[in-house]
Amino acid sequence: MISNLPPFSIFFVGALLLLLAPVRARRWLTLAIPVVGLINMATLADGLQYNFALFNMEVTLLRVDSLSVLFGWLFHIAAILGGIFALHDKDLMQQSSSTVYAGSALGAVFAGDLVTLFVFWELLAVSSVFLIWARRTPRAYAAGIRYLIYQVLSGVILMAGALMYFHNTGDTAFTKMTLDNAAAGLIFLAFGIKCAFPFFHTWLTDAYPEATPTGTVFLSAFTTKVAVYALARGFPGTEILVYIGAAMTCFPIFYAVIENDLRRVLGYSMINQIGFMVCGVGIGTELALNGAVSHAFNDVIFKGLLMMTMGAVLYRTGKINGSDLGGLYKSMPKTTVFCIVGAASISAFPLFSGFVSKSMVMAAALEEGYWIVWVMLLFASAGVFHHAGIKIPFFAFFSHDSGIRVKEAPTNMLIAMGLAAVLCIFIGTYPWLLYSMLPYSTGYNPYDSTHVLAQMQLLFFSALAFTWLKLKHIYPPELRSTNLDVDWTFRKLAPAAIHRSVGFGRQLILPLRNGTAQGFNAITDFAQRWHGEHSRLGGVQTVGTTIAIALFVFALMLVWDLLSTLN
Amino acid sequence: MNDEKQYWLDKPGNLQRLLRWFYIICAVLFAADFVIHRHVVHSWENLFGFYGIFGFVACVILVLAAKEMRKVLMRKEDYYDDQ
Repeated sequence: MISNLPPFSIFFVGALLLLLAPVRARRWLTLAIPVVGLINMATLADGLQYNFALFNMEVTLLRVDSLSVLFGWLFHIAAILGGIFALHDKDLMQQSSSTVYAGSALGAVFAGDLVTLFVFWELLAVSSVFLIWARRTPRAYAAGIRYLIYQVLSGVILMAGALMYFHNTGDTAFTKMTLDNAAAGLIFLAFGIKCAFPFFHTWLTDAYPEATPTGTVFLSAFTTKVAVYALARGFPGTEILVYIGAAMTCFPIFYAVIENDLRRVLGYSMINQIGFMVCGVGIGTELALNGAVSHAFNDVIFKGLLMMTMGAVLYRTGKINGSDLGGLYKSMPKTTVFCIVGAASISAFPLFSGFVSKSMVMAAALEEGYWIVWVMLLFASAGVFHHAGIKIPFFAFFSHDSGIRVKEAPTNMLIAMGLAAVLCIFIGTYPWLLYSMLPYSTGYNPYDSTHVLAQMQLLFFSALAFTWLKLKHIYPPELRSTNLDVDWTFRKLAPAAIHRSVGFGRQLILPLRNGTAQGFNAITDFAQRWHGEHSRLGGVQTVGTTIAIALFVFALMLVWDLLSTLN
Repeated sequence: MNDEKQYWLDKPGNLQRLLRWFYIICAVLFAADFVIHRHVVHSWENLFGFYGIFGFVACVILVLAAKEMRKVLMRKEDYYDDQ
């Protein structure tokens, strides 16, 4: 059987059904939707395209090729894992928004033109923000607003770029672009904002940790990976991406070391992982592009797994700060094991999924002679193990015993985490299935002695550094704190600057206003004196003086007239 | 007395045992550079123990730098709340 339903349609129709379904059925429906979607996608004909005319543009609602199908599989898997993880939840707001959100992500990766891409780009923004607001705290509300501003801004810039692109070329097809015109520049910027490029990244680290325990699992899967897809489709081999990506791998790890909120640590490590993908897209060789998209694939699963374990901790203990947690392995042993699998995967331990994809980007950077970038990536690889691989499990589940005793995570959460953990190990030990789905066949083999030994040395000596710093009490303790990031500029600096400048402006304006007022007063005083009730001119006069004045004025006018005619 | 079950890591000596094994693995991995010949792309990779030393030094620099960053960047937890 061959299906021809666009993948997003199943999610959108499903979201409508959710609104009508009774509470009990709703939970299972949220899971049934991505399962039906997966079956539909498995039977999509390769090369299928839906074109139709919208005004004078040709719009491609559906484009099925190896790149879109890879992300299609990924997003269905993420939606199913998230659906299982959230199965205990009865909140209709989250159920419907996560369904629309997953559908929008699928719509975006199967979109064949920029207009369709824009529509799903904006739908991603407005559907996902409800997963943040569903936390129903003032903090989450404010973070959601800031998130939405960034996301909608990205959409507006994409629209502007797409319109200029259409104006220039008469075409809106979403294919490879070169960064030599304003239209492509705007589209690149729009992708960059959603991809959390440096200086545009705070929406991620600000908002994701404020979402609900289940919401963050969905959030971490879709938005940024759609952006990575868009970059891989639109700007492969664009050299500036190599440096942007390298910067993205490095700067967040410093923040991750000192951040207390463990989900925010994962947020920073997300930017770090996206950096590897962006770098791979920028290098642009077949090996690098394979590395970029397969790392996106693996990242959704292992980052989803880590977010799930932290979501389970938050759900059970109500706490997520490293300073409040510790010793949870005693009460949540299964969650601990799953967290360690996720940590090993993100750290790219051999036999875990991160290793088989990240090593492709590293190898490509070496092959293409990006030495400095390679050193940065190597530094970031050591760093990611340090903060995500060790810090997350250590401070949540081990470290000093916080004395918190809770129940193990609910069964549905354990199943979701277990499935994700199995996928991490399966892809790590048998990468060939994933490799066969990649856009290019490169014959790359991650498991040679060189790669494995180098990676093991790097990771074990990173762990040795952690152990040494910890035993010597040099390692910075987890502290209740806020660390300033770029968002400080518009959350503190700009409001303060506006406040100050309003005050300064008032000081400037005050004398001016006073001066003007004094001027007006002088004029009215003058008028009052001469023309007022008791004044010489305006006051009450006798008939005689009035006539005398009138005659005097008349005489003056006559003299004036005479004098002027003489000239 | 605590009626809670005794956990393996709580037993004195077990952590030390774990760490000892960890140090042994590190030493073995470091020594593996003698035995296994790597095919290298960059000349730095030929340096003896490059990856191990790099990993250790990178992480120490990372943590020390992050500690310094705290002096500049760290604020109270409710820093953004008191508007």
